[in-house]
Amino acid sequence: MNIPSELLYTKTHEWVKKINSKEVIVGITDFAQQQLKDIVFVELPSVGKELKMGKPCAVVESVKAAYDIYSPLSGKVVKVNHEIQEKPQLVNEDPYGDGWFLQIEIANLNEFNSLLSPSQYRVITESEH
Amino acid sequence: MKKTPLYDAHLKLNAKMVSFHDYVMPLQYDSIISEHHCVRKNAGIFDISHMGRIELFGDKALPFIQQIITNDAVRLVDNQALYTLICNEQGGIIDDILVYRRHENQFMLVVNCSNTEKDLLWLRKQAIDYQPLKIRDLTDRVSLIALQGPQSVNMLEVAFKSKFDYIKRFYFDDYVWNGIRITISRTGYTGEDGFELFVDAKHAVKLWNLLIEKNKQDGLRPIGLGARDTLRLEACLLLYGNDMDETITPLETTIDWTVKFDKGNFIGRDALLRQKIKGVDRKLVGFEMIDRGIPRHGYTVLKGNETIGRVASGSFSPSTKKNIGLCLIKSQYAKMGEELQIQIRDKNYNARVVKTPFYKREFR
Repeated sequence: MNIPSELLYTKTHEWVKKINSKEVIVGITDFAQQQLKDIVFVELPSVGKELKMGKPCAVVESVKAAYDIYSPLSGKVVKVNHEIQEKPQLVNEDPYGDGWFLQIEIANLNEFNSLLSPSQYRVITESEH
Repeated sequence: MKKTPLYDAHLKLNAKMVSFHDYVMPLQYDSIISEHHCVRKNAGIFDISHMGRIELFGDKALPFIQQIITNDAVRLVDNQALYTLICNEQGGIIDDILVYRRHENQFMLVVNCSNTEKDLLWLRKQAIDYQPLKIRDLTDRVSLIALQGPQSVNMLEVAFKSKFDYIKRFYFDDYVWNGIRITISRTGYTGEDGFELFVDAKHAVKLWNLLIEKNKQDGLRPIGLGARDTLRLEACLLLYGNDMDETITPLETTIDWTVKFDKGNFIGRDALLRQKIKGVDRKLVGFEMIDRGIPRHGYTVLKGNETIGRVASGSFSPSTKKNIGLCLIKSQYAKMGEELQIQIRDKNYNARVVKTPFYKREFR
């Protein structure tokens, strides 16, 4: 299970990468993509949309079913990865790289405290496996 | 939860197991998409022992079946199978089944897992006028393994070192392997050439392992219910509970051809005949998405602002790479090329009515 040490996580299997003092990139974890298997569709929010921490912000669909992706932090969508709409399999192939979902301008820095460290996240994946 | 005799074999093959009606069944062993392509291009093996198997035995077995089903069993010869519906008095679909004729007084039915109990009750209730008639539930005693795909006949021949191409589509024959009787039927639910093998539950694991061992080097793989669903949908083979139920009549679906009005009386005939004369208000049709989005069972179908029906089945289609589905909609919109909207998570996406099946195999 690939859980990069430089990222933060949620218990709903999203990852967060800080790119500067107010912006983060968000995606789903290696564990999540392995559980979903063949991802064939991704629905992303529009740029400018205000997101609330813990609320659905995107949808991924495998052959079998649709799953919500939850926003790890509150803030405004500043960029989305259109490439995964064209090629949803990128989420399976490169969940921490080309398979990223969105970039958020964060509203409340305190919310970072509720995210999980890599070791905390690993415990969650092991209990769900 | 019930397990088939192959439950442990599935776990050994790392299957992801899910509950399916009363059973725990393999959803997928690997990726649904790669399992799907494996069946289309080569061959796959399926455990379908969850399906119900019912044996009918008695001098009036044939007239009894004729009364129960919408299709015409009189046309069957020994060792031939027939796809048909069972309807209620109102013409609503109780089940879609295969009828296998062993002899004039002995038939076997393969029914949907979800309907086995219901069908048994219905058959026993209707059987009163056809005594003596023995109705036996063989589901737990007989296992069912499907071998499907263009290479299935070769793989069967490799496994048994015997010839099977003489069994034509919708026929079956018995074969004895090491003293074990296997009924081999050239039928399936994938839109490909293929076979379904009935074997005593005690020998199911042995047969499963033999087929895999003899053919895995040629690419035979186990296939789960996930790919079984995408394969059947592309071939426009209907799924009970999604595309049919007791509130839907055969004339409203794509399999109205299974109703043979000229064969004489059968349960549901009067209601269906009235509907045929009057015309149907709604119809099941195939559609493909124009906009991006995956249709799923139960989604609302619109024409502009008007709700005109609902999605019966929907999925990403690995063979056509499109998002496809079947929907039951008002008849006036059920024509080729008609543009519709599918409501997916409160937004409307454009789709178009298309001809079915979505996928058709090349005939040899």
